[in-house]
This record gives sequence, structure tokens and C-alpha cells, in this order.
Amino acid sequence: MTTYIARRLLQTLFVLIMVTLVIFFAMRLLPGDPLIIYVGQSQQFASMSEEGLEKLRHQFGLDKPVLVQYVSWVFGIVKGNFGDSIFYNQPVGRLLLERYPVTIHLGLLAFALSTVLGILGGLLAAIRRGKWADRIVTPLTYVGITVPVFWLGILMIYTLGLKLNWLPIVGYTSPFDDFWMSTKQVIMPVICLMIGALAGTARQTRSSMLEVIRQDYIRTAWSKGLKERVIVMRHALKNGLIPVITVLGLHLGFIFGGSVIVETVFSIPGIGYLMVSSIFAQDYAVVQSCTLIFAVMVVFANLVVDISYSWLDPRIKYG
Amino acid sequence: MVEYDISSKAFSEAPPRASEWKRFRRVFFERRLVMFGLIVLLILGLTAIFADWLAPYNPYKQDLNHILLQPSKTHLLGTDAIGRDTLSRLIYGSRTALTVGFSAMAISASIGVTLGIIAGYFGGIINIIIMRLIDVLMPFPMIVLALLISALLGGGIQNVILALGVATIPGYTRVTCGMALSIRESDYILAERSLGSGRLRIMARHVLPNAFPPIIVIVTLQLGFLILAEASLSFLGIGIEPPGAAWGAMVNEGYRHLLKNPVLSFAPGAAIMLVVFAFNMVGDGLRDALDPRLRGTL
Repeated sequence: MTTYIARRLLQTLFVLIMVTLVIFFAMRLLPGDPLIIYVGQSQQFASMSEEGLEKLRHQFGLDKPVLVQYVSWVFGIVKGNFGDSIFYNQPVGRLLLERYPVTIHLGLLAFALSTVLGILGGLLAAIRRGKWADRIVTPLTYVGITVPVFWLGILMIYTLGLKLNWLPIVGYTSPFDDFWMSTKQVIMPVICLMIGALAGTARQTRSSMLEVIRQDYIRTAWSKGLKERVIVMRHALKNGLIPVITVLGLHLGFIFGGSVIVETVFSIPGIGYLMVSSIFAQDYAVVQSCTLIFAVMVVFANLVVDISYSWLDPRIKYG
Repeated sequence: MVEYDISSKAFSEAPPRASEWKRFRRVFFERRLVMFGLIVLLILGLTAIFADWLAPYNPYKQDLNHILLQPSKTHLLGTDAIGRDTLSRLIYGSRTALTVGFSAMAISASIGVTLGIIAGYFGGIINIIIMRLIDVLMPFPMIVLALLISALLGGGIQNVILALGVATIPGYTRVTCGMALSIRESDYILAERSLGSGRLRIMARHVLPNAFPPIIVIVTLQLGFLILAEASLSFLGIGIEPPGAAWGAMVNEGYRHLLKNPVLSFAPGAAIMLVVFAFNMVGDGLRDALDPRLRGTL
């Protein structure tokens, strides 16, 4: 177990290094001078003297070998130095620090709700297979997987927000400032963020529970005369949840990916919205950092999932 | 949300049966939802091909005297903010959706399957190198990766295709690699090798065809998600340039006039969902019909 965790940590470090390499060299794919990552648009360079450009290149370390640039970029990030935003005119690190809690707040809320509700729904559909609960849950999972979240958001804004006036349609308030307002504002975005993960979790739970309750040890439990609640909760669920846990990491990535769209629909000042608006502002330092943040979040989510997986399923031996 | 419930082992280990085609037909064609999906896809394909004849109006023609009209007999789905007919734009939007979906799929399937077969057939260090490279793509949420690539290369439709194509490679590689790993251990490969066939020939003529069933399932499911991803990107304003019609972009345009003309946003969104749903149903049907583990149960 300890060796497994140590090995998994080492692997995570390797993946993180690869992720930074991919992002760093992807940014070098930008047409034109890499200076545009650091200062303004390429048109501005045309009017500058070669000497001025050289000075700028020296200032940002672009005259050094590429690998040296990479290493100093990575060390900068470790120290919290993400470069400067040319659009907002302030350090990217500060922008991220401002917006990161928003995305995390919505993302974790959506993740927790989708996991709990998805498992409950899938469980219900499995143990009442073919009955009304199953007939409601299973078609809903298809809807949840296929619905475009931006469209779902707009539908809800139209009905719940504009027509019925139940919920505020856009914006974000920190729960520490005004808890009630904050909760009302996050309802629709969180539904949008979690719908896909919710449906995925429910489907996975249903199919793995169906597989488990067919097995011999469950029949044994029945013939011992145990109550259904005990059989499901104590015997079936333990094994039924193991495949569900493997997809949870995937879902967290899916939720964070969705935040790009959902935050844009609801004008929520999080990392996703920041990334989209920075693409249009050609604010590459910000785009680069946002991509990195998303990838790092997914890497760590998968690390946590894998470790809890090995802890929950002692049958698996990691050599 | 892409989940492949495909065990590569099961596909190659189960014995072949004479009545396989019969079972396929029974499982696949007798499901109502699969038939529904097939019909939707057929209509979609015909719409895209015959858009020029089907569209009642020119989808690009502005008519500033008739802006934001409600649905009526002359404009079945109303008009948008610069007087273009919504139904016509919806019809032309199917071309964008299918073009992006199929082109991106062609990129990811060809690269992904080739890498997967090479990794699985050669095994060892080559397998490790290829799979580690593929793993690097995994931490990036698909939409974020596509956004990054479009941001770097510019927002044109070719770049969206390229971005989505690259972002969806890992699914193919993983599954094909697993298939190839188990296929290369089978007797017919041994027989082929002892006949003196080269590696390339074995991979192309024997490993690839035997790995085909799970690949076709991924292709179908993936097409739905690619169309959804394209819609998401064009909703964010990345992809097709105006005045071209894309469903995601239409939802976004309608969002600005939600109170005056909600249909503008609702109709293209419903189209996206219907198409994605259809691809999913057909993909699920194919998976169950082609999965040898389900022989006897289905």
C-alpha cells in the first residue's frame, strides 16, 4: 500500500512535468514571435526597432535556450509567478487567486451532489429494475449525458429566471458575503455543471449494482433471511461502488471542463470564464495559466481517486 | 462524457458463431430506441446533403424589415436579429455539425488506431512510450484542450476540427492497444508469422480487422460527443466564421434575444440534443449487439 502510494506520487510528478512541457511548447506554436505571449499584439512589434525588440526579448529571457526558458517558467510557477496579464495589467497569479475559489466552490458542490445523487439514483434503479423508479431514472440518465449544458442553462434562465422570477439569472456572490444570495445564484450553474456527471454516475452505479446483485454471495445473504436494506447497504454496495469510484476522477475533469461553458453562460467570474475571455483578448499568459490550472486539478483528482480505490478494494494487489 | 464499457479481452476471446449476424440483427434492429436513432441520423444526413433544396430561404440573406419574428406560416421558426430565417440556418447548420464531427473523427480514429495497434502489437518499450505519450493528453479536459489549440492557431473551422481530433485520440489508442495485445497472442497470428508474413502485413490484414468491432462502437459514440463539443465551442464563439451557420453559435445569438424570441435559442439546442442522443442510442445498440459477453443474455 505505501509503496503503491509512493509510486503513484512519483507517477503524478512525471505527469505534471509532461503537462508543463506540453503547455510550454504548445505556446511556442503561436505564429510569430514568442514575445506576444508577454507583450501585446504582434502588430505592435512591426513598428518597433530591432534594438527595442532585442531589449524586450532579453527582459523576458527569450534570448536564452528554450530549455532554460522552460525551467525558469516552471520554477516561476512553483513560486507563484505566472507572468503578467496584458489585458488586466496585473500579475496572472493574482487573477487566478481571485477566481480560483469561485470555480472550486461550484465544481466541488457539483461533484459532491452529482456523486451522492447519482449513486442513490443508480442504486434505486438497479434494485427496482424495470419498476417505476428505474423507468424514470434510466431515461433521465440518457438526457443528462446528451443535453448541451449551455442550452440547459439558457432554458433554466428563461423559465426559472425570466418567466417565474424564482432565481437570479447571472452573477456570483461569495457564500461568506451573503450566504442566501450565493446559494440562490449557484443553483442553476451547479445543476448545469453536474448534469453530465450525475447521469454518468447513475448509469455506472446501476450497471455495476445489477452485476453484483446477481452473484452468489448476495443469494446467500438473502437465504440467510437478511433484510433487503442490510443486503443492499452492507453487502452489495461495497462491491458495487468500486467501478463507480474509477469514473469519479473522469467526472471531476468533466465538471471542470464544463465550468468553461457554464461560467460563460451565467457570467460567473471563475477560471473558466477568465480563460474564454482571455482567448478573445489574446492574453496568452492567462490562457496558458488557466490551462495549467485545469490540468493540475484533474491530475490531483485522479491521484486521490486512485489512492482511495486501492484503499477500498484490498483485493487489488499493486506489485 | 465518454465512457467505453468495452473489455478488449471479451471481444477477442469469445468463439465465433454461425448465427452471429442473426444475433446482431435481433439485438440491434429490434430496439426501438436504436431505430429511433437511426431514423434521426438518416434524416440528419439527408438534410445536410439536400440543404440547398430543403431550406425555404437563403440562410445568409438579411432582411432588416423582418427581424426577430415569432414562428409563423412564412417563417416556421421565426427570424433572427438581422432577419435571417431560423429554419434555413438550422438546416444549413447540420452541414457544419456533420463536417466537423466526421472530419475530427477521421483524424482521431486514424491516428489513435494506428498508434494503438503499433503499441499493442510490438508491446514492450514501444507500448510504454506510446501509452505514456497518450497519457499526457488525459489530464486536459477535452473542451479546455480544444480551447487552447484554437486559441493558439486561431478560431477557424479547420482548427476546431484539428483541436477536437487531437483531443479525442486517447480513447481509440487505449482500446485498440488492448485489443492488439490480446490478438497478437492468438494462434492465427502465430500461423501467419510462420508463413513468413511481415509485421506490417499482419498488423494491417489481421490485427486491424479483428480489432474492428470495438472501434466502430467508439466511432459512433464519439461522433455524438464531437458534435456536442463543436456546438460548445461555437457557442463560446470559436469555430465557424460569420455568416456561416452552426447550431452552438445560433444558441448564443438567441441568448441575447431570449425574451423577444426564445425559439431562436431553443430550436438549435434541441437539434443538438436530438442528434447527440441519436448517435448515443445507435452506439449503445452497436456495443450490445457486438459484445460477445452478452451472447445468451441478449
